[in-house]
Formats: sequence, C-alpha cells, structure tokens
Amino acid sequence: MEMVTLLTATLHAAIISATPILYAALGEIFAERSGVLNLGVEGIMLVGAATGFYTAVNSQSLLLGILATVAVSLLFGLIFSFITITLRASQVVTGLVLTIFGTGLSAFLGKSMIGQASPVIFHKIPVPVLSKIPILGHVLFNHDMLVYVLYLLVPLSWFVIYRTREGLNLRAVGENPAAADALGINVFAVRYFYVCLGSMFAGLAGAYLSLAYAPSWLENMSAGRGWIAIVLVIFATWNPVRAALGALIFGGVDVLGFKFQARGIGISPYFMRMLPYLITIIVLIIITARSQMAKNLMPKALTIPYDREER
Amino acid sequence: MNELILEMRGITKSFFGVLANDNVNLMVNRGEIHALLGENGAGKTTLMNILTGLYKPDSGEIVISGKKVTFASPRDAIKSGIGMVHQNFRLVDSLTVSENVILGLNDIHRFLNIQEIHEAIGNFSKKYGLNIDPKAEIWQLSVGERQRVEILKMLYRKVGLLILDEPTAVLTPQEVVDLFSSLRNMAQEGKTVIIITHKLNEVMEIADRITVLRGGKSVATMLKKDITRQELARIMVGREIPKVLSRRCVMSEENVLELTGIKALNDRGMEALSGLSVCVRKGEILGIAGVAGNGQKELVEVIAGLRPTLAGSMKINGKNLTNCKPGDIINAGVAIVPEDRVGMGLAQNFNVIENLIVKTYRDSENSRRGFLNWKHLRKNAEKIVKDFDIKTAGVFSPVKLMSGGNQQKLLFARETSKKPSLLVAAYPCRGLDLGATHAVHQILLSQKEQGTGILLISEDLDELLNLADRIAVIYEGKITGIVVPGKASIEQIGLMMCGGGKECIS
Ligand SMILES: Nc1ncnc2c1ncn2[C@@H]1O[C@H](COP(=O)(O)OP(=O)(O)O)[C@@H](O)[C@H]1O
Ligand SMILES: [Mg+2]
Repeated sequence: MEMVTLLTATLHAAIISATPILYAALGEIFAERSGVLNLGVEGIMLVGAATGFYTAVNSQSLLLGILATVAVSLLFGLIFSFITITLRASQVVTGLVLTIFGTGLSAFLGKSMIGQASPVIFHKIPVPVLSKIPILGHVLFNHDMLVYVLYLLVPLSWFVIYRTREGLNLRAVGENPAAADALGINVFAVRYFYVCLGSMFAGLAGAYLSLAYAPSWLENMSAGRGWIAIVLVIFATWNPVRAALGALIFGGVDVLGFKFQARGIGISPYFMRMLPYLITIIVLIIITARSQMAKNLMPKALTIPYDREER
Repeated sequence: MNELILEMRGITKSFFGVLANDNVNLMVNRGEIHALLGENGAGKTTLMNILTGLYKPDSGEIVISGKKVTFASPRDAIKSGIGMVHQNFRLVDSLTVSENVILGLNDIHRFLNIQEIHEAIGNFSKKYGLNIDPKAEIWQLSVGERQRVEILKMLYRKVGLLILDEPTAVLTPQEVVDLFSSLRNMAQEGKTVIIITHKLNEVMEIADRITVLRGGKSVATMLKKDITRQELARIMVGREIPKVLSRRCVMSEENVLELTGIKALNDRGMEALSGLSVCVRKGEILGIAGVAGNGQKELVEVIAGLRPTLAGSMKINGKNLTNCKPGDIINAGVAIVPEDRVGMGLAQNFNVIENLIVKTYRDSENSRRGFLNWKHLRKNAEKIVKDFDIKTAGVFSPVKLMSGGNQQKLLFARETSKKPSLLVAAYPCRGLDLGATHAVHQILLSQKEQGTGILLISEDLDELLNLADRIAVIYEGKITGIVVPGKASIEQIGLMMCGGGKECIS
C-alpha cells in the first residue's frame, strides 16, 4: 500500500514540477515555429515570477497578479520582436541580453519581497467526480487552475499548429518566409504575434513558480528551467505533445530526487538537483539522435531575420 | 486582339547605388506569350519583382487593363490577377503539395479538412494537365515537379497573367517540351504569359513578342516573326558575341580517376549512388549529363572525401583513396569547383587574397612561422586577378561584393593554381551570363590541354556537347551510358537522362 501512495504522490508532484517548463516550452515552440529563437525565456520567466508575486502581494488579487505578469511579459516580447524582427538584430545576442537583463531586473525588484508570503496563491481545486478515481484521480485531477489550463493547451497547441489555417501560415513563415510572403501572408505580423505569445507563456511559467509551485520570491528562482525548456523544444522536434512528455520526464526525475533526499539516501543533494537536467537531456538526445529528426524538422528559417528585398 | 493587359512605364529601381532598372518600359498584350530577354544582371527579375509588388520602384508607373495600380505586396498583385513563378522556387519544403497550394488563401475553412483539400487540389491539377501527387511533400519532388506546383499555385488563384522567371534552367529537354505546351494551352485559353530567359533558342520557339533588357534599360520590343536569332543576340549582348571555342583532343589512355561500383547514401539516408562506375582520363573533359538529383551532388562529395562510400573503390592516379580524408584527396591532386560556389566554394566575407589561400596558407612562400607574408600574397593575388580578368574593387574587398561570374573565375583561379591532375566542376556556368560562361569554358579547355582530367557536371546539354570529349549519363545513381559528342543527338541523351533509350547508343 505504501508503494502505491508513494507512486501516486510522486506522479502528482511530477506534473507540478513539469508545469512551468512546459509552459515555457510551448511558448518557445510557437516562437521558433515562426522562425524566431528566443533565448530570453529564462529572463522573462524571472521577470514574470517577480511581477506576478509583487502584484499579488500588494493588490491581494491573484487575477491582477496574473494580468500584471501577462502585461510585462508581452512588453518583453514586443521589445524582443522589435529588435529582432523589425531591426533584424541577432536573435541569439538579443535573447542572451534579455535573459541577463531579466535576471538582474527581477533580482532588483524582488529585493524587498524576499521572505514575504503572498496572501493569495493558486490553491488546489480537485475536479469533482474525476478526482475521486483511484490513483489517477489524485495524480491528474487534484491540481490548481494553471495545470488544468495546461491540460487544454497541449492538445490545443498541437491542433492549431497542424490542423488549422493559422498553423499552416505559422509553419510556412518559419520554414520559408519568402514563400509565405509571396502568397500574401504577413511574415512580420505572424512573427510578432507568436513571439509575444511565447513570451507570455514564459511569463506565466514564472508566475506559476512564484504563485503556485513555491509561493514566495527567491532570487533566480527559475534555476535554469527556461534553458531546459529551450533544449526541450529542440528534442521535442517542435511538437507540443512530445514537449509534454519531455517535461514529464524532467518533472519525474526532479521529484524522485526530493524523495530520495527525504529518505536520507546518502547522495549529494547537489548531484540530485543536477540529475533531472542531465537525464532529460540524455533521454531526449537518445530519442532524437536515432532518427536525425531534430535536424530535418527544425524550422528552416530559424534565427534568420526576414528582409523582403534581400537575396 | 491587341488589347494591352499590362503597361509598365519609366520604371527605375536601384539597390545601394546599383541601378537595376533604369527607366524601363514594357507593354504586354492580352493572350500573348511575351519573352523578357536579357543577360544575367540585365534587370529582368527586378522588373518582375516590381510588377508583383515584391519590390517598390523608385519611380515609374504600372497600368493594368487601363487602370493605374500600386502594389504593396505580392498579395495585391495576385488579387489583380498577376502571379509569378520565381527562379528559386518559393515553396515550403516540409509541407505537402496541397498545403503549398492553399497557403495564404482566405476562403479555405479555418479548420483544415486535409482529405478534402487533397482531393480538390488533385482534381484541379488534372484539369490543367499538371499531374502531381497532392499528398507528396515538396522535398520529395523533382525540380520539374516543384515547378508544376508553383504554376498550380498561381492557376489556383486564377491569375490572368503568369510570369515565369527562367523556368527552363532546371528542366530536362523533355520537361521543357511539356512546359512549353502547357504554356501554349494557357495562352490559348486567354491567359497571358511573360517568360524570362537568356536563352535565344527558347525565345525563338515559344514567344509571340520579345522585349530585350540590357544593362537595366529596355532596348527594344519586337514581334518574333520580324527578327532572326542572330539579330536578337546582337541586341541582347550589345557587342560582338565571342567566337566558338576551338577544341583539340589531347586525351591519353591514363586514368586520373577511377570509380568502381561506388555506393553512397544521400542526406536523407536513401541510396543516392548505387554502384556507379566511371573513369576520367588524363587530358579529357568527361561530361556528366543528368537531371539534377540523380546523384550528381553525392558523386562530387564522394570524390571530395566529404561523403562516405559504402561499397566500391576510388582510385586517383592509380592510388586507392576510397574513404580518405578530404586533405589527403586534395594532396593527391584533386581540385573541386563545387555546385554551391557561394556557400561552399568561397567564404563570402573573406577578401580575394584570403579566399585564394585558404588551402595553401601553410606553404612556405605564403607564410613563415605562422605569419602571413602579405607582400607576396598581395602581388600574387593581383597577378591572378589580372590573368583571369576578374573584376573586383581590389584584392582586399570581400568577395560577396563581386558578381557571380567573377566569383566563379576566382574559384577556378584558386583551384587550378596548384596544377591539379583531376578537376571536378559542378554546374560551373549555372547562372552566369554569356561573357562569363565563355571565360569559364576557356579555362576548362586550357586546363585540359595542360593535361588535367576534368569531370564536368552540367545540366546544359549544349555546353556538354561543346566541351566534353565523352559524355556519361547519370540516372538514379548509376552511369547508364557513355556517348561521344557528335555521335549522339540532344534528344537521345535527353531520353537516357530520363532512364530510357540506353539501348540505342553503344
Ligand atoms: N535584392 C537585391 N539587392 C541588391 N542588388 C540587387 C538585388 N536584386 C538585384 N540586384 C542587382 O540588380 C541587377 C539586376 O539584377 P536582376 O534583376 O536579378 O537581373 P536578371 O534577372 O536580369 O539577371 C544586378 O546587378 C543585381 O546584382
Ligand atoms: Mg534573374
């Protein structure tokens, strides 16, 4: 019996741990599908976390917290878009700068909030009926709002990308913007839209950390999850469903580490904390290396600014 | 009948100081096939890109069916019934034929019913005799098929004026015949066709009327029946056309390259060379004829040591160099002018000197103790620039500012500087104009006379017939026959390139 409770608890926690990474990864999938590599995810996550927490604490409103996160991360997305899409600066450099800036800014803003608790956080809302299913009920249906939203977002993202006109436009812009442009698709509008959308998801990933996962503010609390999300996108071959699987692996190993520690198994905690990153990457490499998928499925125009009059 | 569908007046467009179009005028009648003729760099593509809203003209106006228009984007042009098939196709490789055709259309249902769309596109393509599998992804198609998708895309948008930018450059002779017959059908149906080309024989075959561009200016418009090929050539080039090449046979029996039963995969892991065998002799030009994508690219890479061979052997000057490193192969006397001169041949941001020495910077006259001997390098580079008649702003200017023809000459200069015993040239004249093509041909012939064995890959059969001592036809990764120019006709070779007719020639 104890095994079962342990397993249930582990899987339940794995989903929670996977959530912020998956939000960020979904966002990055959209941005990269449009041909824009946003390496600013980690920074935007941190700024989103700080903004959400700060607003929630001061306004006592979860909704305002989330709205503030959305607004700020959209602003970051707009700035990034303007620099890389309109001004055609290097996406890699701009993204790195954004991460450095976001990390610093969030630390600065968060100084006064360290140690505070938010009066409002995302509480678990067991889904009526469904959460009563043995084992699975607790694992899947005893979570907060943001997790449930994610349940919908994964299949929805897949559907949008592969089964709608908008998704077709998106894929075309990321593969061959000149072709899309020649058929009247507004390459710039598409890229702006999906980069901002992606940025918003990264911000939400941050808000999840500071308002649900560990409701508090800690400097650099994203702890590299933004980077893992970016790697995940590549090995998930820009596919939301695969990204969900990858995020779950990360979440699972992450949680196991905690469980081992709690039971006093004598492995260095630093090693255990490193493990989920390592294992996620190794598993994803193995999956993709065999089929060379990442290379062939990468949006061909990724990182290349579009200029109509250039040849 | 002579109703004007299009009038472009006084179009001018410059790029960073280069005047690509200079006060160009063009008038096209409804229902005609109008050829836009001119050498490379004459401004043909620019003019059509302006017409389709891709570029904004600096000045000038466009009148369509009597109404003045300004297009902000290709979409506007398509709405007004003008569509263009670009030279480098604008297709999304990872999408299917159907998806490419419906891309950007707003009257398609927001949620795609893929099955239904495949069916509709399939039926539509049959109606126009442009047979193609709607479910195929673009990367799986041959170049000719891709072109059909492009045409289909425009027809599906019901354009009345179809522009094709050098459509025959990538086609086999048979495909050209098919294309021309569908163009004639379209004209019969009342559609207007503008075909861009620099090939005179095509103009004489297909056009009703001809406008010639030269150096960015429109120099003449005339009916085809009022002009001869020779006159047309003079108008197009604006100077005397270089003399026909003189050839001597200096071929010896010695093999510089011997490939036996070579097998290799392509990038997608499918077999691209399936037991290919061929020899190149000292002092001969061996032409490789074939439709692009039948293993030519992989063949070059195998010889260069860039692609592993799974079976078979490669000997250079009698020495077995199968699966050796590129460096060893270079040292064995192999020089390569790759297909992709921009991406693979030259470092675009490097200057002339740097590009000349990328393989030889370690030689004692070029550097000492790790430091380059700039004085010597500069003198040497300036001599090469003069010898090969390369037009450049100077040996210190980056090669990306040079035209394609001059880049190609530079590449040949580098590759032949060490007197190679085997020179592999892949599509060396692709995209070059008459003058530059002539220069490259001269280089090839003079190299051959100095005893180099040359493997010349080309899709231009005229070129092969003019230069090669023997022509090997490649089809699906095998040599399907070897012919001697003068003993086989273009039609026969064309047939072999499509996998047929090998029996008719020994
Ligand atoms: N997008 C561009 N940027 C810079 N220069 C260009 C561009 N397009 C064309 N040119 C220049 O304009 C001239 C005409 O080019 P183009 O219209 O492509 O000629 P054609 O199609 O007749 O071969 C050339 O000198 C070319 O280098
Ligand atoms: Mg052109």
